[in-house]
Amino acid sequence: MTPNGMLLIAVYFAVVLMLAKPIGVHMAKVFEGRRTLLHPIFRPLEVLTYKLTGVDETAEQRWTHYTFALIAFSAFSFLFVYFLQRLQGLSPFNPQEFAATNVPPDLAFNTAVSFVTNTNWQAYSGESTLSYFVQMMALTVQNFASAAVGIAVAIALVRGFARQQVTTIGNFWVDLTRAVLYILLPISIVAALFFCSQGVLQNFHAYTHVTTLEGATQIIPQGPVASQEAIKMLGTNGGGFFGANSAHPFENPTPLTNLVQIVLIFLIPAGLTYTFGVMVGDRRQGWVIFSACSVMFLAGVLVCYGAEQKGNPVLSKLGIETAATPGQPGGNMEGKETRFGIAASALFATVTTDASCGAVNGMHDSFTPLGGLVPLFNIQTGEVIFGGTGAGLYGILLYAILAVFIAGLMVGRTPEYIGKKIGQKEVKMAMIALLSTAFSILVFSAISSIVSFPSPGKGATGQPVARSYWNPPGPAAANVANSGAHGFSEILYAYTSGAGNNGSAFGGINVNTPWYNLTIGLAMLIGRFLFLIPLLAAAGSLAAKKRTPTSAGTLPTHGPMFVGLLVGTVLLVGALTFFPALALGPIVEQFLMNQGKLFSFLLFPILGV
Amino acid sequence: MLKHFGPAFRMTLFLTILTGLIYPVVITGICQVLFKDKADGSLILRDGRVIGSQLIGQSFTRARYFQPRPSAAGNDGYDATASQGSNVGPTSLKLFERVKTAAEQFRKENPQFRGAIPADALAASGSGLDPEISMANAEAQSARVAAARRIAVDQVRALVTRNIEKRRFGFLGEPRVNVLELNLALDRQWPVR
Repeated sequence: MTPNGMLLIAVYFAVVLMLAKPIGVHMAKVFEGRRTLLHPIFRPLEVLTYKLTGVDETAEQRWTHYTFALIAFSAFSFLFVYFLQRLQGLSPFNPQEFAATNVPPDLAFNTAVSFVTNTNWQAYSGESTLSYFVQMMALTVQNFASAAVGIAVAIALVRGFARQQVTTIGNFWVDLTRAVLYILLPISIVAALFFCSQGVLQNFHAYTHVTTLEGATQIIPQGPVASQEAIKMLGTNGGGFFGANSAHPFENPTPLTNLVQIVLIFLIPAGLTYTFGVMVGDRRQGWVIFSACSVMFLAGVLVCYGAEQKGNPVLSKLGIETAATPGQPGGNMEGKETRFGIAASALFATVTTDASCGAVNGMHDSFTPLGGLVPLFNIQTGEVIFGGTGAGLYGILLYAILAVFIAGLMVGRTPEYIGKKIGQKEVKMAMIALLSTAFSILVFSAISSIVSFPSPGKGATGQPVARSYWNPPGPAAANVANSGAHGFSEILYAYTSGAGNNGSAFGGINVNTPWYNLTIGLAMLIGRFLFLIPLLAAAGSLAAKKRTPTSAGTLPTHGPMFVGLLVGTVLLVGALTFFPALALGPIVEQFLMNQGKLFSFLLFPILGV
Repeated sequence: MLKHFGPAFRMTLFLTILTGLIYPVVITGICQVLFKDKADGSLILRDGRVIGSQLIGQSFTRARYFQPRPSAAGNDGYDATASQGSNVGPTSLKLFERVKTAAEQFRKENPQFRGAIPADALAASGSGLDPEISMANAEAQSARVAAARRIAVDQVRALVTRNIEKRRFGFLGEPRVNVLELNLALDRQWPVR
């Protein structure tokens, strides 16, 4: 680890810390219906939105109707994205003439689910699959919409704590509209212009054919990238315009754009911790959440950076410089860009998985085992380390509920959080959310590790067997690109990323088959909706409760002790749930790498022959 | 539930037009006026012909040119329509053998170079289109380029030094050299006849 790398991490954290309050105050104003600096410009647009969509701005909703509205909106969003892809052959803004055949139904399903659930997993490579029209009208739109949905749910849950003895938790349509108009759109406009000024593309041209200096032909892709890049980071979406995502020089051309991108990832999630403090009337509660996230973020980035800078001992004996020198970054440079080096790549990987972003500026698949363990475990905590836009806050509040419950059991007191008694219902809902995500990660990973598809050939009576539609014949695990423990990590990471709605990948695995498209799509749906619906139910029941004044018997949740308790709960639950799986993947691989053990090729028994 | 379908449909349509059409088109309009070159891909012209983009690496194999990092984009590398990394893991034999072969080749092509090979010279980049190499990598290749062009190695080194992109604000990113721009500068200064 170099002094320069440590300085980068310190500066990054300082920037996030400084921005949390102003953006947090702004968001509190927006969702409490107070006037902000943006009102002169965007208030008329907001009024127009309600007029065109037939929404009554003043109507409040119970949690059930809030949830129905959310589901209806997500369902239509899914249909729009699905059919826009399937009809892309007819669309304008399509100079490369990509057709519907580029997006078969299983891929279109996966991508639609992926963008609607804020996952932005990419089973496709943008530059060779999707028209500009689909990138804009389907994907960019969902970058805004899915992020706004996350913010809305977080705000609804916060209202559950802030309000008392009421039956309603806000209006979904109003929260959605305000999140887009006053938060996502204005910041995206500024960020998009900045990105373009640094070299990110923004045009509708056909790809440029060039003859290189050595006389070869190169086709340089084009497209409206900057406008998508801005919201991709701000909305913690992470679905890149290009296959290589933020490692691509047209998405992330300089170290400065790189810094701005990771600041955008944490901007809203960090700000929301402050918004929480403002809305419940005790800012210390917001800082406690912020501090707990900071502790876990800093620990993660140091482990990841340390492992990547140490590099790969297997390769160092080939006469490669693995130590950092003034002229080169050393360390594990496989899958990393020269302009970012080790520190900015490790920082990006940590931030993108702390949040539910999933953009990558280096290939996680080629990280060292320990360096890759950090992103994997970050997602498995439920992405609560600042987390996704909104999703991070409602996730960490879930853990806060569990923390006071566990602490309450230990000291024999009624669990309370922000003056609300935490009862059976809230704990049950929190457990449903937590277990359904863990269940889909572990069960789908287990199934894909052992399931096998019949090989083509003759059946028992000699008739030809149809080729397997779901996956190439043989084990589904054969889709991995690396053998040994690393191959299992690829499968585990895929379902973790799906269920966690992250979208980053150990990219070597071939996931563009109907089997993986469908199962990862299901994992994304479970991870999104079985997480947020229980929390909306909890919000409803919390809002109905009275806020009890703090007494001598109340466990304080505004100090360092609760920070420790919260961090402990997150790590304990994460570790207990996922340690066995991690032991089979990155942990054992780390030991094997240190021993110099290498894996050559897949040795799977071909079943069903 | 059903009563939410109307607003849901209209809201989806409204947001699609606002954020999917108006927003990107307006941004494109502004960028095309303010940052035309950048918005169009930072293309580089030589003799009136586009020969590449400043931001997209291209393949170089001749000894008289500096060579970029290994690339996993497309079958032969630097295929800008197939950006990707190698995705080989740290315990992969494939990675070990690829790096071993590349290291041997690097030493064969740069016989003047002694010492440990800079990591970026043997590791495939994340995008497969990395336009840059580290300063140490450029230094390691300088003697070969000088020999191929029959010029003094100090002249090449001086040119490399002039082309170094330093850390932004003194701490952001890594110091580096853009391969295409450096090779263009070589051709300008010592034209190949």
